[in-house]
Formats: sequence, structure tokens, C-alpha cells
Amino acid sequence: MPAPTEATVTESLTANMDMLRFATAGSVDDGKSTLIGRLLLDSKSIFEDQLEAVEATSASKGYDYTDLALLTDGLRSEREQGITIDVAYRYFATPARKFIIADTPGHVQYTRNMVTGASTADLGLVLVDARQGLTEQSRRHAVILSLLRVPHLVLAVNKMDLVDYSQEIYDKIQAEFTTFATKLNIPDLEVIPISALAGDNVVNRSENMDWYSGPTLMHHLENVHVASDRDLVDVRFPVQYVVRPKSDEHHDYRGYGGMVAGGVLKPGDEVVVLPSGMTSKIAGIDLFDKEITEAFPPMSVTVRLEDDVDVSRGDMIARPANAPKPSQDIDAMICWMADAPLKPRQKLAIKHTTRVARALVKDIQYRLDVNTLHRDQETKELGRNEIGRVQLRTTVPLLCDPYSKNRTTGSFILIDEATGITVGAGMINNAS
Amino acid sequence: MTQTHADYRLSQLDQLEAESIHIFREVAAEFEKPVLMFSGGKDSIVMLRLAEKAFYPAKIPFPVLQIDTGLDFPEVLVTRDNWVNRLGVKLVVASIDDAIANGVVVDDGKTSRNRMQTAVLLNAIEENGFTAAFGGGRRDEEKARAKERVYSHRDEFGQWDPKMQRPELWSLYNGRLHAGEHMRIFPISNWTELDVWDYIGREGIEIPPIYFSHQRRVFERDGMLMSETPLNPLRQGEVVEERTVRFRTCGDISLTGCVESTASTIPEIIAEVSIAKLTERGATRGDDRFSEAAMEDRKKEGYF
Repeated sequence: MPAPTEATVTESLTANMDMLRFATAGSVDDGKSTLIGRLLLDSKSIFEDQLEAVEATSASKGYDYTDLALLTDGLRSEREQGITIDVAYRYFATPARKFIIADTPGHVQYTRNMVTGASTADLGLVLVDARQGLTEQSRRHAVILSLLRVPHLVLAVNKMDLVDYSQEIYDKIQAEFTTFATKLNIPDLEVIPISALAGDNVVNRSENMDWYSGPTLMHHLENVHVASDRDLVDVRFPVQYVVRPKSDEHHDYRGYGGMVAGGVLKPGDEVVVLPSGMTSKIAGIDLFDKEITEAFPPMSVTVRLEDDVDVSRGDMIARPANAPKPSQDIDAMICWMADAPLKPRQKLAIKHTTRVARALVKDIQYRLDVNTLHRDQETKELGRNEIGRVQLRTTVPLLCDPYSKNRTTGSFILIDEATGITVGAGMINNAS
Repeated sequence: MTQTHADYRLSQLDQLEAESIHIFREVAAEFEKPVLMFSGGKDSIVMLRLAEKAFYPAKIPFPVLQIDTGLDFPEVLVTRDNWVNRLGVKLVVASIDDAIANGVVVDDGKTSRNRMQTAVLLNAIEENGFTAAFGGGRRDEEKARAKERVYSHRDEFGQWDPKMQRPELWSLYNGRLHAGEHMRIFPISNWTELDVWDYIGREGIEIPPIYFSHQRRVFERDGMLMSETPLNPLRQGEVVEERTVRFRTCGDISLTGCVESTASTIPEIIAEVSIAKLTERGATRGDDRFSEAAMEDRKKEGYF
């Protein structure tokens, strides 16, 4: 071991904080970039050279104001077209939390990018322009966030300054959206009236809307309770990598590396290894050179078993009385991402947890209109950016749960075997 | 006593560590011949530490690749050797001087060594048949990087096509390749500069001493403080003086500037980084200053 750089081991205040990943959706017109710019500026997460570069570019384009969208639109093609195309990840921290923003485009032709950003989010932030009220776009964003089971949703009613901070307008949008949300799976909803430009209710409480008694956006982001979103009951440990040192010092060591996808694992626990169904007990759980007493999501650990059972990558460790049923018939919602449409009888590669197999499209049950929630059963294919309910048959059993129960063991990606490109994202309804 | 959910809390730094370890294991399991690109800088040291943890008590199951620009800080090479020896990993060095001698790259006197690195790196990847190369890039560093995937696909020419990136969902990574292609892997994509320092402090690991405050003979060029060295001859009007400085990044000695600083411990560096007004690359990296899309252009060609 090299000499430590310092005798005392230290960390800054941010090291021990919680993390919140949230996804934003919207277009420049909704004021999304202004809002992100304000969150970054007010939390002092924009550096002078970044701001100067953006100011210089804005000036050279003849704008009257600094276009904060230039901060997030990182690719040349995006700056040229003035739109966000790809998902951009931004980072900021306040004394309470560290935040990762997945900034996604709002247009329907980039639905796949929004699905991507939402897949890892704890919270989704949808913006509406108070002057326009709910639009097809804002409804679509809420639908996608609920399909991806993002547990917390914030509807930010922006540009309140342009409607004289009218409570009546806010109430109307709030009521309309709450009614719409009852059709979706949204466990936690907050509707916040803001002005990103003027700063009302973003970080500081607005003096112009004393009729609003809820939290500011930042207060909500800092305090929304996300720890209980994880499943700490159903033990799911997909085996990722078998650790075998084959050295004199650790001659008999055999451990199973992986990230806990659900439940709490403890030494002494009885476990079952799937798909073989063999049972054993946890002999120990290692985190680098330390033995730990518990492992829970999303820790990456190495699990050792008491018996010398055959375990390899793609297997799953669960509890004998609480294990997923291995299944080759999968019923899932799929967001299709390729140019050529998804059709019945198509064969694809599927990656689910640490397991790779092939899948055959048995049936496309319906296509979901993400604007109206209408189920179109006539069209038997899914085009790019479309979402539908699909039946798959896989070459080997998957060890899965419904996506509504576990976002890790309930999700998969589809890969085109010829091009190697990721062409679909799946969320499992049922496996039989 | 029953434990409540709140007890099963993982700090953000622990979450980042868990995510990075997951990525290392995934790559080691799925790729035939991975390699870790090691510059000796703080980000690649954090990567090595994470790789050490991912496979412990086994050794890191892939080699480490360094591009010797001939313009590396000697202190950085010492730190590199200490790490490689302690972990017992294989070190592959690809040298720009050798590449020039062998005709792999042409030194036309105009191209910077930073630019030549790309050709030497791609050549080393091809010659060794590496299919995945870990890099220490972080998304908070630069806005083109903010859009790059953890698994970043490179074609047979080593090029990155930002418009053709594969969607990356949940923690399901797609490592499919055709012959001749390779994947760049960025396991610390979600870390910020502050996280890297926090982790170095928490782990108590060795980093090159040039990151800490020291006396150095420097001169000013393009608003940056550059090291006096025979590798970087003075231009007219440049005056050398001794200042108390430290480096925020470890690049090529002719392009990497230092900042005036008295921070000589990790907590002092963390305090300094917390209130810094310039990004680390904007402040001290000549290679990123050429244009707004300097990084995007170099990345497309196959840069780190």
C-alpha cells in the first residue's frame, strides 16, 4: 500500500449526503433551460468560464439575453439547431443533497431519449407554461414517467409572472392534472407554481403568491423521501462476476460479485440459487477487504456461500420462500428505438440483469398512444419512439419480477443482433 | 429492534462507488480483452482503486495502458510505478517517440503531442487487440462529455459518432461489437471533481505530489502558469519566477498549467475546489481552449 497522502482521512460535506436523480422534460419554450440554469446558478454550480463562454456565444449570435440552453446543449449539432436532442447529465449539490439531472428533450420524436433519462430517475419534473395550461406534450411526459415507474412527480407550473401570479389559473391546471394523474401510476405528485425567470418558488419562496402554502421546488427536491422507494424485502442478487483469486494466499476463496437489486442480505441467511434451485447459506459478505453484516440496494458486494454449489454469471441468489419464477414467456411494455419497426416473429438479443438470451416477438398486443392513453389493437407493429404491449418468448428462462415491483429485475433491453445497437427498452408486466 | 428503511442508507459517494464497481465487473465479464487507460492523474488513480475493490481479493484481471508522451511530469511516473507494483498489474506503455521512430505518426513540427496521442492510443489498442478501454472521463468536465455514454462505442477507425450513440437505460449496458471496433468505458462518468477529491481523501491513496502546493519555477503563457522545463522552451518576453503553486490536472507538461495555491493537504484542496470559480479544464488545460467544440472534435477522432 502506498503511503497515504495524508495521515488523517477526510471528506468534504458532500461525501455523506444523499443523492437524488431526477429527469426533466420539456422544450425551450416551457422555460426548462432557464429553470435548470437557475438551479445551477443559485446552487453555484456554474463556473465562470462556462458562463463566460455562453455569454460570448449569445452575444455573437446577437441575442439580447444570455441563452442558458447553451450550457446544456453540449453537441455542435444541438447548438446549430437550437434544440436538445440527447440526454445530458448535469450535477449540482446543495448543503442537503447531491443532484444528478438527466436533461431530456421534450419532442415526441425523441421519446426514446426521455425514456432513457427516466429509467434511472427517482423523480420526474414536468414543466407547463401557465399561459398555455396542460398540453399534449405535458400529458405525454407524465405518461412516460409513470410507465417508467418514476416514483415522484413534480408538475412545475412555470411563467406564473406572465399570468399575474393568478391562483385561479394555478388551481385550474392543478385540478386538471390531478384528475389526469389518477389514470396513471403516480404515487407522489406535487404541483408547484413557479417563475424560473423571476425566481419565484424555485429556491426562494415567492412573495407574489402568498396563496400558495406548499414547498418551493428546491425545498421539495432536497426533502422528498426516496429511501423507501427501494425494495428492502424481496432478496434479489443477480450474480455478475465470479471472484476466484487462484493465489496461494486466497487459495479457496470463491465469491460472487454483484449489485444488490432487492432485499437485505445477511450472513447466515438461507438462500436459493436460480435457475438451478440449489440451496445454501450465506457464509459471508465482503466489501473490498472488509466483511460486512448486511448488504442492501444498490450496494456492490461479493457474497460467499457455505456450500460449494455451481454458481455462475447470469444466476440469481434469492430466498427459498421468496424467489422469482424462472420464465420464458414475457409480457412487457416496450419502447421501440430503431428506425425499422418492431414486428411479430422478429428475433432479437435480450439483456436482463446479468443474463443474455435471444427473444422472439410472439405478438404485439397493442400500441399505446402516449398522448391519449388509447390502446390501438389494429396496428401490429411499433415504430420508432412508440410504446406498446408485447409478448416475447426467450431461449432461456429469465429470473424476473414485474417492473412495478422491482425496476432492476423487471427491466430489459433489446439488441439488434446484426448491428449490435440497442433497439428497445422493456418493462415486464408479467412472466409465466 | 426492527430497523426502518431510513437505516439502509447509502451516502452519495458510496452509491457512486457501487455504480463504478458494477461497471468494472460488467466489462470484465463481457469483454474479451479490456485495458485501463492510466495517465497517472487523479481520475485514473481513482479508477485503479475502484478496479482493485471490484475484484478483490483477486488481482485486477486486465492490464494498464499508458501513453508516454515524452512530456509527462516525472513525479507522475513515480506514482504510476508505485501503483502498478503494489497491485501487481501488467503495464503496457505506448510511447509517442517510438511511434514517431516507427512511422506510426509523423512529427511535422506543427502537431502537438497531445494531438499525436490519439493516433498512438488507437495504434496501441489495435496492436494489442484491446476490445474495451477504461477512461477516467467525467461528465461534469466538459459539455460534450456530458452527453457521452458509460459504454461509448468506437468504430474501426476509433471514431466516436455522437449522433449514433446507443441509448443507455437502467444499469443495463450493451457491449456488442463488430470485429475491429472497441468500446471506451467511463466508470466514473457520474463523479464530479469534488467527489474524486472526497474519495482520495477517504481512501487515503497515493496521488502525484504535484497536486499539492509546492514551490515551482513558472512563467505565464496565454493567461496560464506553465512549468519551466527544457521540454517547453520559453518564448520571447516570457519571464520565469518562483511561485507557490499546485496542479489541478496532470496532462502534458507543455500544455498543462498550474494555479497559485497554498493547499498542501486533501482537506485544503477540497476547500479550494469547493469555492473554485473556473472549471479544472478551463483553468489549466491549453488543449481545451482552441474552440467551443475542441473536446467534441478530438473525441470524434478517438481521443480519451
